[in-house]
Amino acid sequence: MAKVLLRASLVAVSLVWVLAAQTVLAAEVKRYVVEGSRAAELDSCVEPTERMRRMHFEFIKHQRISTVHEGIRGTKYSLAGCVECHISYDGQQPEPINQPDQFCGACHAYAAVDLNCFDCHASVPNPQGLDAEAQAAHRAAGVEKLVQSGRNGEGH
Amino acid sequence: MKRIVYREWRISPQRYWSILGILAAVVGVGALAFGYMEHEGHWVTGMNNSVVWGTPHVFAVFLIISSSGALNIASIGTVFQKPIYKPLGRLSGLLAVALLMGGLLVLVTDLGRPERLIVAMTTYNFSSIFAWNIFLYTGFMAIVIAYLWTMADRQGSAFKRPVGILALVWRLALTTGTGSIFGFIVARQAFDAAILGPMFVAMSFAYGLAVFMLVLMFAFNDDERPIGPVMLRRLKNLLALFVAIVLYFTLIYHLKNLYITENASLETWLLLKGGIYTFLFWIGWVLIGSLVPLGILYHPELSKEPKWVAAACALVIAGGLATMYVVIIGSQAFPIQMFPGRTVLESGFLDGVNGQAAPYWPTLPELLLGLGGVGVALLITAVGVRVLQFLPESLADDVVPPCEETIASAEADPELA
Amino acid sequence: MTDKTDRAENEIDAGRRDFIGVAAGMTAAVVAPGVFLHSVAAAPRSEPVNSDVRWGLLVDTAKCVDGCSACVEACNEENGLNLQTPPKGESERKWDTQKAVWIRKVKLQDNQTGRITNLPMMCQHCEHPPCVDVCPTGASFKRADGIVMVDRHLCIGCRYCMMACPYKARSFIHDETSGQLTSVPRGKGCVESCNLCVHRRDYGEESTACVDACAAEGHHAIVFGDLKDPNSAINQQLKEIPSRQIREDLQLNTGVRYSGV
Repeated sequence: MAKVLLRASLVAVSLVWVLAAQTVLAAEVKRYVVEGSRAAELDSCVEPTERMRRMHFEFIKHQRISTVHEGIRGTKYSLAGCVECHISYDGQQPEPINQPDQFCGACHAYAAVDLNCFDCHASVPNPQGLDAEAQAAHRAAGVEKLVQSGRNGEGH
Repeated sequence: MKRIVYREWRISPQRYWSILGILAAVVGVGALAFGYMEHEGHWVTGMNNSVVWGTPHVFAVFLIISSSGALNIASIGTVFQKPIYKPLGRLSGLLAVALLMGGLLVLVTDLGRPERLIVAMTTYNFSSIFAWNIFLYTGFMAIVIAYLWTMADRQGSAFKRPVGILALVWRLALTTGTGSIFGFIVARQAFDAAILGPMFVAMSFAYGLAVFMLVLMFAFNDDERPIGPVMLRRLKNLLALFVAIVLYFTLIYHLKNLYITENASLETWLLLKGGIYTFLFWIGWVLIGSLVPLGILYHPELSKEPKWVAAACALVIAGGLATMYVVIIGSQAFPIQMFPGRTVLESGFLDGVNGQAAPYWPTLPELLLGLGGVGVALLITAVGVRVLQFLPESLADDVVPPCEETIASAEADPELA
Repeated sequence: MTDKTDRAENEIDAGRRDFIGVAAGMTAAVVAPGVFLHSVAAAPRSEPVNSDVRWGLLVDTAKCVDGCSACVEACNEENGLNLQTPPKGESERKWDTQKAVWIRKVKLQDNQTGRITNLPMMCQHCEHPPCVDVCPTGASFKRADGIVMVDRHLCIGCRYCMMACPYKARSFIHDETSGQLTSVPRGKGCVESCNLCVHRRDYGEESTACVDACAAEGHHAIVFGDLKDPNSAINQQLKEIPSRQIREDLQLNTGVRYSGV
């Protein structure tokens, strides 16, 4: 009997420790939003921060089905949107968002979750500085080349 | 006839571990080749946008169809009630599982995104023959393992026949399915033929039996267990028959293509002007893989020599690989005829300019990956026969159950019996 | 357009160029709403695509010019295929057989008459696509509006679709990609092909990159449009001139039609 009690109390103590460690970890969760990105100036993402932290992949996952198969591009969740808003610039050059010191890369490294969206998806807004809608508008207006050449000119 | 006793493979530990070591090294090199191909991307292989399936697929398909062919021996014993084949049933089942494992591993490690294999397991498109095959392969594995149990455990022996019949039907479906992966492709002339299904079944009989016989002879020779002349004669006669059937299907396939004008250019290319493919067809498929083994197996003297029979098995296997190379790669190298009656003068995507075949040359990693699959199959077999009772202690004439041949000759000549 | 840009780059100094860039951007932002009024759908799409439309192309080979590759270049630029470079240690010649090609020019000669025909080949967007039939995971699929494409999230890179395509329309990505465009994600180990500029479709634009480029060259050999709309330009032309499908014998009912082949 004494043995059983001892074992039970040991388990209880270790459980408490584990929980305590969890709480400490949770308190230490850093803010990974990179200063200087557009997101840094906003109060929250398209959903409250807590919800985004837990659910962002769910949002993008459902989005990928509706976008790829149904052609829906107008909803508030989009990976291109993540990149657009959370990107930060080193001078003129955007920093790829999956780099270990950038928004997606840093948090995924911390949480040790594999991040392979950017095997295929652009990790910087590309062409630079224009979201898809604006690109479409430019093409429709027939000024795309002009805009691009203007941008390319910046480097010279 | 005595009771058949099965015993673990009892070669010396040094010999056993050195065999295992060599096989593990082959598997390891295959794994490295896989890592290299996946890390770098498929540009390090010879495969390209015209020849999309290359050497790994040659090995994979060869192993998969050999797997179902290897099970034949067990089927002949249980389903067709030929007693002389019964002692071979267990090894036949083990080889079937091992070869399938090896083949499937090569197939999935060649995928562009092998880490997404789970997608292939969870998302199905049932109009795809590939998707059916995923079920056929996994089902085959499960059925053969159950079959082995019925053969090895007394409790299971009541189910031996029904499970054996199911395994036979399943393996026919499996090989037809594998053949149909190619045979149902309308896009490419060389594939667009339903005969490929049954032809693959015939090939599986021949290659599976050749692999089975080689493994059996090697294992018995190393452990100094006897294979009697009767057993050897039965097996080699069966192999010769299967090789002849493959040759027959080959003939029909090409006669059909030669008869149809549309396919004349394909045949001229393959039979006369296809370079490596023409060479592999005539020398590999027809000569080494069919005619020479047939010559040996039906030769009155040579066919009695275990060494010559083993050589014939090795030739059938070599010819089988050549056959797979011609069927899988050659058929892709021949340009797709999109514009009948016209010659392509220029193209931005190698559409067979002036009838030229698409380029393909295997690279080392592909070859090593394929050999790795062979290594996996043999490793599983080696471990299996060592730790479990798969091999009969003897296949000498006075041990094996009598077959019709022995009975008939005994009736004709009572003294011999 | 290109000429003008070149001149602009040569003549105007960097500061002024910057100004023009910004100005053009702003003009576009102002002009855009007006432009969208003229297009079919107000961008971007918020309803699922449906089968009321079926996108297709009509190629008039008589107008397709020998030696011109404007459509190919435009496609490469639109979809980021021009960013492909041979991997280190790979010969150009081998890379040519492995790099992705969505649209290509083909030059044919009739064996009997010697007549030369030029045409662009791309995914033919079949109604009954063999690539969709054979795909084990359903990654190769046909959108409700008739566009045949690959869902790269599902593609495992088995390449069976490439075996099954009678038009050799698909490419496998043999190497690591970098610098992809936001509108065209693409990565190593998946299969891809022409998707009729699907991002343009979803933002309600009028045509495809290849069609625009061909028109810009003044050839107007390719027409894009809705095959189901009796009043669309493509339907008007299909009624007027004789056309056919490539490999008609397979009865795949392709969305890309050719005249003069």
